[in-house]
Amino acid sequence: MSVYYSKEHEWVRVEGDTATVGITDFAQGQLGDIVFVEVPEAGRQVAQGGDAAVVESVKAASDVYAPVTGEVIEGNAALADTPELVNSDPEGEGWFFKLKLADPGQLDGLMDAAAYKAFCDSL
Amino acid sequence: MTINQSGWKPTTPEAGETEGTTFTGNRALMLEEPLLFEIGSLDQTGVDFADVPGQTSRLAGLERRKDIGLPGLSEPEAVRHYTRLSRQNYAIDLGLFPLGSCTMKHNPRLNEKVARMPGFADIHPLQPVDTVQGAFELIHKLGEWLVKLTGMHSVAMSPKAGAHGELCGLLAIRSALEARGDKREVILVPESAHGTNPATAAFCGYRVEDIPATAGGRVDLEALKARLGPDVAGVMITNPNTCGLFEPDMIAISEAVHAAGGFVYCDGANFNAIVGRVRPGDLGIDAMHINLHKTFSTPHGGGGPGSGPVVFSEALTPFAPLPFVEKTGEGAYRLVEEENAEDHHASSFGRMVAFHGQMGMFTRALSYILSHGADGLRQVAEDAVLNANYILRSLDDVLDAPFGFSGPCMHEALFSDKGFAEGISTLDLAKALIDEGFHPMTMYFPLVVHGAMLIEPTETESRATLDQFIAALRSVANRAKAGDQSLKAAPIHAPRRRLDETLAARKPMLAYKEPVQAEAAE
Repeated sequence: MSVYYSKEHEWVRVEGDTATVGITDFAQGQLGDIVFVEVPEAGRQVAQGGDAAVVESVKAASDVYAPVTGEVIEGNAALADTPELVNSDPEGEGWFFKLKLADPGQLDGLMDAAAYKAFCDSL
Repeated sequence: MTINQSGWKPTTPEAGETEGTTFTGNRALMLEEPLLFEIGSLDQTGVDFADVPGQTSRLAGLERRKDIGLPGLSEPEAVRHYTRLSRQNYAIDLGLFPLGSCTMKHNPRLNEKVARMPGFADIHPLQPVDTVQGAFELIHKLGEWLVKLTGMHSVAMSPKAGAHGELCGLLAIRSALEARGDKREVILVPESAHGTNPATAAFCGYRVEDIPATAGGRVDLEALKARLGPDVAGVMITNPNTCGLFEPDMIAISEAVHAAGGFVYCDGANFNAIVGRVRPGDLGIDAMHINLHKTFSTPHGGGGPGSGPVVFSEALTPFAPLPFVEKTGEGAYRLVEEENAEDHHASSFGRMVAFHGQMGMFTRALSYILSHGADGLRQVAEDAVLNANYILRSLDDVLDAPFGFSGPCMHEALFSDKGFAEGISTLDLAKALIDEGFHPMTMYFPLVVHGAMLIEPTETESRATLDQFIAALRSVANRAKAGDQSLKAAPIHAPRRRLDETLAARKPMLAYKEPVQAEAAE
C-alpha cells in the first residue's frame, strides 16, 4: 500500500488496483471548515485532471480533480451528513471516492509524501 | 414597548463583564427584536373580518381545514418589527459600502423619480403597442446609447442580469458557429474571470478549460495562444478582471482568438471602470453584457432586479435574441417578435424571456446616462479608478497588495493576508471592521489571492469618507499584524456577536419551529 499526492492537493492510496482519493491535510487547512461535499456516483468514469467532486467550505467552493483515471467504485456517503470528517480526518475517514485504477503508470507522475511536503513548503 | 422575549441579548457579556446589561436587553435606541412568531400569537389576529352573511361556499370541499399557523399582529406591531430590524442593517444610505458597485453603489434619487412616472411605471407588456410608444422609444434610445458607449454594432435589451447576459452572448456564439457548420466544444476561461463565466459555458454545453494568470494577475497571452485551435469556440474574459486589473493584451487576445476561428466574449460587469474611456468594440470583442445595476446605478443590493443587456459585434448581430424594439419612422416603434422576424432577423437564436426586459431598470439607467452626459460618464470611470487607487496606495504600506507592483489598479483595490500574525485571518479583520462601523469588503475572492480582501469604493465617495475608512482599516490591519487576539472576538459592538457560520452552513435552520415546551403543553 502506498500513498501518492498531486499538485492539486489530492491524495491517492493504492491497494491492488483500487485507488482511494481524498484531499490533503494542507488542503483542508487552507479551505477552513468544510460545509458540503459532493462525491461522484459509482460507475462514473473520471479522467486524470478532470472534475470528480466538489468541496465547499465557509470560504470557497472548489472542484476536486481525479488524480488518476478510472471508474468510480464508491463515493463516501458519510460526507453528505458529516462533511466535517474532511477537516478532522482528511486522509482517513474523510476520503472522497474509490476508483478502479485504469493506468497504474499515471502514479509515476505523482509525488510521494516527502516530495509533497517540500511542494507545500514552497507555496 | 415589547420586552425582549427571545432571551437573546444584543451583546451577551463575556465573563466578568457587566456593561451592556439592561432589563429589556435593549441598548438605548438599539432595540432587541424577537421573531414575529415570538411577538405575535397564533390565537390572535390583527384584523377582524365579519362573517359574510348568507354565504355559500363554492370551494367544493376544498376549504382549508387547519389553521395556517401565522402569528396575529396589529399593523403598528408589524411595522415596528420590520423597522427595528432595518435599524440593525447596514446600507449605502448609512455609509461607505466597500463591497462595491456589484452590490451597492449610490442610486441617484432622480432615477427613482423618473421610474415612478406613471407613463413608465403603470404600463403592461401586453398593452397595445400604439399605447406604449414612449416606453419603446426609451428602450430604443437606451439601447442606442449602450451601443455608442461600447462601440459595438447592436444590443439585446432583454437579458435580466449579468449571468443571463453571459448566456445570451454564448448562445449567439454557438448559433454563429452552428450556422457555418462548425462544431467546436471548448470555451477558454482565464483564472481572472468572474465565477459565473465557467458556469455559463458549461450550461451552454461547452467544456471549460482554464487559462492561467501571470504573476502580474493578467491573462497569460502565450498560454492562451498555445491552447487555441479548431476545437475552441471562444474565450470568456473579464476586463477589467476580478483582480481589479485591466487586461492590456486584450487586442492581441482578440486577434489571436479570431485568427483561430473563435469568438471573444467579454464579461462587462466591470464596465464602470472604463465607461467613457474605452470602447470594448475597439478591443475586438464580439459580445459583452453590461450590468445596468452596476455601471448605470440601478438598484440591486437591496433586492432590486438586475438587468444585463448584451452588445454584439457585426458578426454576431444576426443571431441576437427576440424580441427587440425597432424604429420604423420618426417617433414610431414596433416590437420584432417571432411573428414578424422572418424577413429580416431569421437567424435569431430565439427568445430568452417572456417580454422586453427590465423596464424599471431601463428608465433608471437612461436617466443616469442623460443626467451625467458624456463628460459625466467619463468622470464616473475616472473617479471610480481614482478612489480605488487612493485606497490601494494609502494602505499598501500596511497591507500586502499582491499586484501593487504592476501599476495602478482599476476600480477595485486588492490586498492579501500576507503579514498577518499567526492565527489571525481575513475573517477576523472583516469582523473588526464591523465594530468600526463599516461593512466588510469582499473576502476570500478572487481565489488566486490568499485571504483576499477586495475593496471597491465606487465613484461617489468623498475624500473625507475614504480617509475615515482607510484610517479604520489601517487600525485593524495593524492589530492583525501585531497578533491582537481580541480580533478573534470581534464584532463586540454589533447587535449579534460572531455567528457560527460553519454550523449555519452545515445545519441551516430555515423555518421557525415552535419551542419543544410549547408543543408538549398542547
